[in-house]
Amino acid sequence: MAETRDLEIKDAAARLAAADQELSDLEGDKMVLNMGPSHPSTHGVLRIILELDGEVITKAMPEVGYLHRGDEKIAENMTYTQFIPYTDRLDYLAPLANNVAYALAVEKLLGIDKQLTPRCQYIRVICAELARVSSHLLGVGCYAMDVGAMTVFLHTYTEREKVHNLAESLSGARFTTAYTRIGGVSRDMPPGWMDQCRKFCNEVVVNIDETETLLTRNKIFVDRTQGVGVISRQDAIDYAMTGPNLRGSGVNYDLRKAQPYLVYDQLDFEVPVGTEGDSYDRYLVRMEEMRQSVRIIHQCLDKMPGGPVNISDGKIVLPPKDRVLTKMEELIHHFLNVTQGVNAPPGEIYFGHENPKGELGFYINSRGGGTPYRMKIRSPSFVNLSILPHLLPGHMISDVVAILGSFDFVMGECDR
Amino acid sequence: MTANPPTPGGTTAAQLAQKLRDKFGDLFSAPAEFRGELTLQLADADRVAEICTFAKHDLGFDFLVDITSIDNYGEDPRWTLVYHLYGLAHNQYLRIKTGVTEEKSELPTIVPVWRSANWHEREIYDMMGIRFRGHPDLRRVLMWEGYPFYPLRKDFPLAGKPTNLPEIAFSNAAPMDGGPFVTVPGTCDAGSREPRSRLPEPDEPKGGANG
Repeated sequence: MAETRDLEIKDAAARLAAADQELSDLEGDKMVLNMGPSHPSTHGVLRIILELDGEVITKAMPEVGYLHRGDEKIAENMTYTQFIPYTDRLDYLAPLANNVAYALAVEKLLGIDKQLTPRCQYIRVICAELARVSSHLLGVGCYAMDVGAMTVFLHTYTEREKVHNLAESLSGARFTTAYTRIGGVSRDMPPGWMDQCRKFCNEVVVNIDETETLLTRNKIFVDRTQGVGVISRQDAIDYAMTGPNLRGSGVNYDLRKAQPYLVYDQLDFEVPVGTEGDSYDRYLVRMEEMRQSVRIIHQCLDKMPGGPVNISDGKIVLPPKDRVLTKMEELIHHFLNVTQGVNAPPGEIYFGHENPKGELGFYINSRGGGTPYRMKIRSPSFVNLSILPHLLPGHMISDVVAILGSFDFVMGECDR
Repeated sequence: MTANPPTPGGTTAAQLAQKLRDKFGDLFSAPAEFRGELTLQLADADRVAEICTFAKHDLGFDFLVDITSIDNYGEDPRWTLVYHLYGLAHNQYLRIKTGVTEEKSELPTIVPVWRSANWHEREIYDMMGIRFRGHPDLRRVLMWEGYPFYPLRKDFPLAGKPTNLPEIAFSNAAPMDGGPFVTVPGTCDAGSREPRSRLPEPDEPKGGANG
């Protein structure tokens, strides 16, 4: 005959009290865990020193600077044009956008930002938006891989590869494009490029939709991201976050709308914002931004005006080579441009550009001549990461990966 | 950062600058405008925290875009601090500049006003050696702890300086004589030392081993 036993089922409060009783004897020490600088989820070389109480973080100290190359010092020692290739290496996942941002900053200093040719402005918008799509494709793919969905990365990278191909036929380089020049771009679009670009736009939306089916309602992904890393609206503003990380917290601030540059005021697009401010919202914002970018590219391709891509001022843009070899004045311009650089007036400007990662700003202090006296690069990743000591405590250690991925930072730009 | 048209019923950057001058009197110079941007020069750097508090709470500058520093080497005061303020509600920018002498090299922190100032001030301390009084955690941020120099100063050479910490990072200049990537004048060039594609050897037998 079976023996019967009574089971004692405690309610939640009683269970907690019992657990406390049991644990109170264990005098626990806090543990220090060093994460990075070489860790797959740090997307480069970010090091975080975590202080743990069990699995809960009690203190987080990010250490940056492992990729510091002294870009600001370098900029003081070369002409404005010579610095363009260095901007590729800031946010190396969106070099075209950095090129556009830097060229616009120098043009603002020179006072020629309103004289850019219409064709140049449209091409630059396409570049910036292609860079946004490319950066977000990688950002979302890596994020999914960090939280355990390997397929998404391979899936989005197939599409990102096409952006590399487009960049290659446009600028000659897949990664380090150095495409813009002060007063224009290095060369016009090659024949047939617009059709390739349109084809890519049609294909990438399919890919984005498929990515959504892999992630947006994926139970594992949602569980790992929803309610994790919640940044309140007030905190996001106080820590000066920008880009999708700010908009994920519900702040509708996009430099393309707030301070329209190039031809963004003539284009029709929307700025997605989140409601909760958690990692999941930041992911959703990126997904929608890609669709809006595709929309912008389509409009630019439809409206693409003809004409030259560079302004005609020989003191700023290199004159055509055939004329340099035959005409005296062009030869002088070419010589001055190459040896001394563009002659900037004394003064100071700040220009902020809506980069895929946030506001990439250049503060240029000029004392006249072809080199800046001081150039400060306000990089979005650096500023965005400064919230980590405030945000991480209280989370589980596995959430660190989910939060870092949702920030989509890049250390080349953070450390400069 | 071009001067934006004010939102309906909003204020312009010039009006906001005027309010700052009304409040703090002759601490500020007349606003200078260049490329549509307004710059105010603050005479006393020690009052920067007070001014920023006023700008944030009374003028709506809730967003600190950036802080940076300039080394006016050979001039007095040697340091210039540059603050870029922005207000999300009124969509206006303002730049505040202030000078700090080399002997002093110190000014109050503004971390209590905007928390984003934390890393910006650490970076300025790291790169220029200007200290911020009252900063909660004034450590180097980009260079490593214990690095003895301030690399963005104008008297710091571009090639760098040797330090006595070789195990942390080497700071020798890259060798410019010899090595695989340096062409010595009068010898063969890099392309022929490491050709991209080799031409077939002239005496190579054609058509396989038996040819």
